[in-house]
This record gives sequence, structure tokens and C-alpha cells, in this order.
Amino acid sequence: METMPKWADVVLVPLISLVIAFAISGLVVLGIGESPVEALRVMVTGALGSSYGWGYTLYYTTNFLFTGLAVSVAFHASLFNIGGEGQATMGGLGAALACLFVPWPHWSLALAGALIAAAAFGAAWAALPAWLQAKRGSHIVITTIMFNYISYAFLNFMLVNVLRPEGSMDPASARFSEVTNLPNLGDILGLIGIPFSNKTPANITFLIALVCCVVVWRLMWHTRLGYQLRAFGKSEKAAVYAGINPVRITMYAMLISGALAGMMAVNSVQGEANRLLLNSVENAGFIGIAVALMGRNHPAGVAIAAVLFGFLYQGGAELALWTKIPKDLITVIQALVIMFTGALPYMVRRPVEQVFLMLKRPR
Amino acid sequence: MTDTRPGRQATAAPALAESNSGPFAIELKGISKAFGPVQANKDIDIQVRRGTIHGIVGENGAGKSTLMSILYGFYKADKGEILVNGKLTTIPDSQAAIRAGIGMVFQHFKLVQNFTVLENVILGAEDGAMLQGSLTKARKVLLDLSREYELDVDPDAVIEDLSVGHQQRVEILKALYRQADILILDEPTGVLTPAEADHLFRILRGLRDQGKTVILITHKLREIMDATDSTSVMRRGTMVATVKTAESSAEQLAELMVGRKVLLEVDKRPATPGKVVLAVENLSVTDSHGVKRLKGVSFEIRAGEILGIAGVSGNGQSELLEALGGITRATGKITLNGVELPLSGPEANGQTRRAAGIAHVPEDRHALGMILDFTAWENVAFGYHNSPEYQKNALFMDNEAIIADCAAKMEKYDVRAPIPTLAGKSFSGGNQQKIVVAREVEQNPDLLLIGQPTRGVDIGAIEFIHKQVVALRDAGKAVLLVSVELDEIRSLSDRIAVMFDGQIMGFRDPATAGEGELGMLMAGMGDQKGAA
Repeated sequence: METMPKWADVVLVPLISLVIAFAISGLVVLGIGESPVEALRVMVTGALGSSYGWGYTLYYTTNFLFTGLAVSVAFHASLFNIGGEGQATMGGLGAALACLFVPWPHWSLALAGALIAAAAFGAAWAALPAWLQAKRGSHIVITTIMFNYISYAFLNFMLVNVLRPEGSMDPASARFSEVTNLPNLGDILGLIGIPFSNKTPANITFLIALVCCVVVWRLMWHTRLGYQLRAFGKSEKAAVYAGINPVRITMYAMLISGALAGMMAVNSVQGEANRLLLNSVENAGFIGIAVALMGRNHPAGVAIAAVLFGFLYQGGAELALWTKIPKDLITVIQALVIMFTGALPYMVRRPVEQVFLMLKRPR
Repeated sequence: MTDTRPGRQATAAPALAESNSGPFAIELKGISKAFGPVQANKDIDIQVRRGTIHGIVGENGAGKSTLMSILYGFYKADKGEILVNGKLTTIPDSQAAIRAGIGMVFQHFKLVQNFTVLENVILGAEDGAMLQGSLTKARKVLLDLSREYELDVDPDAVIEDLSVGHQQRVEILKALYRQADILILDEPTGVLTPAEADHLFRILRGLRDQGKTVILITHKLREIMDATDSTSVMRRGTMVATVKTAESSAEQLAELMVGRKVLLEVDKRPATPGKVVLAVENLSVTDSHGVKRLKGVSFEIRAGEILGIAGVSGNGQSELLEALGGITRATGKITLNGVELPLSGPEANGQTRRAAGIAHVPEDRHALGMILDFTAWENVAFGYHNSPEYQKNALFMDNEAIIADCAAKMEKYDVRAPIPTLAGKSFSGGNQQKIVVAREVEQNPDLLLIGQPTRGVDIGAIEFIHKQVVALRDAGKAVLLVSVELDEIRSLSDRIAVMFDGQIMGFRDPATAGEGELGMLMAGMGDQKGAA
């Protein structure tokens, strides 16, 4: 008994939400005396108008792909992982340690090593809240939020007291060796004849993130683990009836989620900064929640939403650069998009449903 | 579908009475209500004469509850008129319904558990900010009412200490205290023992004799025959007939409900029990609050035998099923075909039970038996997702194989619509149950646990499901049947065990045990009284 076709639910509703969010943002821009048309033009040309802009957009997109997938995997098991930020922070530490202390002979091995280390650190950071939830019933939302703060403090300690090169005033690690530098997206696309700027931080991790989308899709809908995970997420009682072990599924879901969030840091730490900084996660863990919500927890949806938020990030930076619109307004725009696409889907879905019902009735 | 004769009779009847609408307590004219594309009520006409008990029967999803919700102000009808005592009335909310003299007793009581009877009765009908005045007044009214209608309840008792039957009386008192003239009861006997149900009907007759009007919604035809003066039958959102109960029969009403002839009795040969399949010894379950829900139950089931567990819901039957199904931890000993099965620890789970040869159709298919958001094919694999025939290789499941298997099962069990990719929630209750029964029975288990096999299932599907259970028995398998429907237990079982307060009160032969005898056992008066 579908009230409206699937395409309307998947495409039309988010699209309308997005238009409303942009319309209200336009009003806000108008309210502070700037031109919304001009603002949109700056954002679009800045983020999508050149391969340079695209490079930055895709760099941010990579971050959001990983964290969006992380949140969506946990979400399928009905676990609200707010700890992407902390898991990515720890993932960054893992990636940095792998890059700093292993003499890699080639970047590809360094990438593999960093990915594994980042995933392991991220997963480990998710494991404790998961275990507390599964065994003790401590709510995962609360514990993952608290673990975010612990991870910030721990990273601070590591950078200031352990990894900071002697004599440096900067709470950051030493630079990684040149060998670990990852191929730039511009260089990779150049190999297959697509001209693309290589002056941007977009790197090979973007392709890894796309692979992860496919892997998550296969995992969730074509494996027993994915099946059990989704069953558990829909109804824990029914899952127990079917003989699915809730503790095990909670652990698996959060380990996968934490590993994905952790891998995000490879993009920023190894792919861009080439050293570990205090805030290398840049809120991607939280944006991942919005990306997962907007993408309806499906990898394809997450991919589209990640590009959108990449655009908002890059476009927002351009806006601050070229107009008098204050930087805070970009946060407002992002918040409106999150609110309309993530938190208020029913506000739009209901009327759309009504329209489809009215179209249907005469038949 | 093709048989519309009863419908024509029904539409002819109201026209006769139109001239004098005086004696009708409730008259609904042309009520329609749609939920999206689903037409829950279609042009319903019904007249309920004052001072009668009027039954409304219909299968699940026939629109009975929607109609009563419109009458009680929960839903607004798309069109149509409501006349109360001959006066056109709009009922936008339940307050308006109460003002119009309509009271409702819900299937699930709406009582504050830690309040006294008196406090519950005045809740929402207090006279002022201070309670004392209302309480004193209510106490007097309550005593009068209980004298008048056999509604004896201690006004100072706390609700959670009362039996279900008494709680229901409190609900009735609440309605009467609000001066209800018209009382609607929604499936009131689902939670009662036969004796309690009889008492309820005595109360309802008392109310009727005092001039009150009672509307009784039920799917149990026997109650309709026993208790009502006239009956309206609903089918697929329409009112197909209104008849004088005394001039009708259960068979006729069943036919009106379903639209075709149905077999009310189960057609089965005598059992030929073989070796013992399941032996249960001293099985006990303690819930998470430390309350003992199952108190040392022992029994055996043989091959080719259906053991029926009768009892009022909540007396340990669910715990028994869940302990056997590996869902709940238990103590004691169970052996299947001579092999002892674990009752606690990681090895006691649904997977090991299935591997041992136990299939389980749970009592609550929405909470346990299936996942409503999953597609039909995903539900067909539910619990058997580790089966080798559902795997493509070590890594991936063979979704295509499951879909093919689902399609085959849907065809065999006549599931409608037979589309494996449809979400579980888009099927009707009967079809959902067919999917669950198909999944479990087609595993050809040595022991089938089946709880409330026909709850919320239409009569046509009931017949089919009963046939499958009997066929499994005839194939030499053991069946444990739990049901709160005594009729179902009596017609399907080869042996009956009656449970009360977590214990088995006695075993009976369905051929010889009378309803009164079973009812006594269900109420806790039986062979083992005081024994454990």
C-alpha cells in the first residue's frame, strides 16, 4: 500500500526540502542586506565552477562519505552513533602513528597501513560504548558523545606531550615523510586524460570512499551480517526470536561504524595536512549524521548527500572570501539544510503524499 | 465478493425504520471514512435500538473499530451523519461523546495502575481543584451503581491489585459515572476466563434491563449468539446485514462475515500418538523483575499429537513458548527426541533450537514473528537466514534463491498478494500469519510451537492454518498449541493442558471435557490446587 511512488520519496521529497532550505537562507541573506542571487552565484561558481572548486568540494565530500556511511551503518542496527567525531579523531591518531613510525617503501603501502590503523583506532574507540550499550544498557548516544570529548583531550595530550617535535610551539606532529604523500586526484584523473586541477587537497582517498559505498551496500543487503544487523535494528525482540545475538550484532555494527569514521581521517591527515593537527576532523563526524539522515541511510543517498554538503562547505568558504556575508551565516545555511532534509522530512513528505493521493483518486 | 445478497437485504431494512427514528439510541447514516487509499468505512448505515444489546461482528480490518472510533470522536468521518437519541450530533472529540452520553470500554484498559478505583473513576471528571468533594460523591454513586448492576468492586482497592475482570468493571463504572447511556465495549472478553465473561454478560444484561444501550464489538460468534439482541455484520468496510440474533445462527453470521460458506469445526481424524518427542520437566521462568512466571511445569508431547495449552492470557503460556523457543532463559530440563537442550547460556537461542528441529510460530507476529519493514522474502528467511540453501557462498546470501522460495511458499499457502518484494506490513493479518506459518511449517520440524495461530486472522485463513497444523500432526510431528481461544483449543487439540498462574492445573481430553470444567481450571480451581 504505497502512498506515493518510490522515486518521489527518494528524490522529490529531499529536493523540495532542499529548495525550501535554500529559499529561507535566501531570505536571511536578503535580511542582512546582501543579494541572495549573488550569494548563490558565488557559491556555485566557487564550488562547482572550476575543477579547482570541484577539487575542494570533493575533498570535503570524501570526509562526509566516510562519516555518513559510518552513521548509516550504525543506524541500520538502530544505534545512533554520535561519536563519529571522536572515532575519526582517534582514526587520525592511528593514521599519523602509522605514517610517522613505519618506514614505508611506497605510498600505496603507506595508504593501506594508514587505512588499517585508522580503521582499527576508530573501531576500538567505538567498541567501548558499544560494549557498554550491549552489556550494561548505557545509552550509546550519551556514551559516544562523552567519548568525543575524551578523544579531544587525549589527542591534545598526545600532540602536546608525545608527538610534538622538540622545540616546536605548535600542538602538531612532525611532518610525515615524503613517501607517504598520497596521489592527488588531479594527477590520477590526468592519467586517464581528464584535465583536473592538482592544486587541491582532493586525493586518492576519494576513490577509497566510493569503494566503501559499494562495500557497505553489499554488506547491508547481500550478506548475513547485514541481514541480521538490519533485522536487529528494526526489532530487537524479533531478532532474539530469530536467534540473532544482540550483543554480537551491537558490537559488529559499532566496530564497522567506528572503522568507517576512523578512515575519514586518512583523507585529512595523510591526504591533506601530511601531519597530525589538533582539529583535523573539522566537524565531519557531526556532518555525517546529517548526511546519513538526508541520504536515508542508503549508500547511494549518502553519496549524493555527501556531495551536497561538500558543496556547502566549499561554497560557504568562497562566500566568506568574496562577499560581506559573515562566516556565521554559512553555518546558518548548513543548519537550515540539515533541519529541512534531516530533521523535518515529514513536514514535506505529508503534503507531497497528499498531492499524489489526489492525483491517484480519479482513477 | 460475488455474493451480495445479504448486502441487499441490509440496505432494505433501514428504509423501513426511517419514518420513526425515535426509539434509536444511535443512528448512523452514510458514514464513510478513508485512510489514504484504504476505504475503512463505506457508506455505513446502522440503527441501534435503545435498551438493547447490539453486536457488531466482522473480521479484522472489516472496519468495526474505525466505525466506533468515529462514534467516540477519535476520527472524523469523511461524510455521513450521527444521530444520538434521534438528534443530529457532531462528535469532534471524546469529550463530546461523553456529553452525548456515550461511554467506551477499550480492549486495553486506560486505568492508572497505582490509583485506587475511586481515584480512577473521578479522573478527568473532578468537580473542582480539591478532590475530597468529588471522592465523597463518587463513593456514593459507585456504591449505588454496584448494587444496581452486580458491579461489585471495592472503591478503595488499588488497580494493580485487581484481577483483569475487576479492572474491566472499573472501566464500565467510569463510563456509568459519566452518565453514559450508551456503552460501547471493544472485544471485552479477550482477557477474561469463561466465568468472568459470563459475569460480564450478566452485567450487560442488567444494564440493558435498566434501559441502557450496549454495543458489543467482537469477532467471537458465540458471544454474539449468547449475549446480543441484534447483530450487525461488517465486511470490508461495508455493513452487510443487520439481523435479530435470535432469528440467526452462527453459521449464517460467519457466512455473512466472510462472504462464503466456512467450516467452523476443524476436520481431523483421531490422533495416533507415537514416541515422546518433547519432554519437559520442572520448567521454570523468572522474569527481569524477579517474578516467577512459570512455576515448575512438566509435560510430554508425542509424535502425531497436538497438545493444547488453554488459559487466560498472562498465566505463563508466553513464557513457556519463549523458553522452549530459546528466547527466554529458564531452569528445569527439556529433551527433544531424547537429547537434552540447553535452557540458559549462549547455546540457548533461537538458532540452536531451529537446528534441533523446533519451529516456532510466536504469539505476537508483529513483535516477534516477522519484521514489518522487511519484504516478504526477507521475512521468509527470518530465523533461517543461516540455512545453506539460502547462501550463495561463504560471504553472500542468495537473495534470488530466497525470493524464489518465498514465491513458492506464497503460492502453496495462497498468500495475497503473492509478491515477494512487498513489505511485510502491506499484507493483511491473515496473510502475514500465512507467511509465518509457511516459513515454520515448511521446515518440516519435529516439534512445532504455535502461539495464538489465528489471532487477528480472518476466518478464511483460520480454516487454512488449522488444516496445516493438523497436516503436520498427521505427518507424525508433535505440536504445542497455545491459544486464549478456548474453542480453538478444544477443536484442534488431542489433549488439553490448562495453565493458571504459571502452573498446569490439569490435563483433559477435549472430547469429554466440558467448557465449565475447563473454565474452573482456567480460574485456578483444579486438580493441583495448592500443590505447588
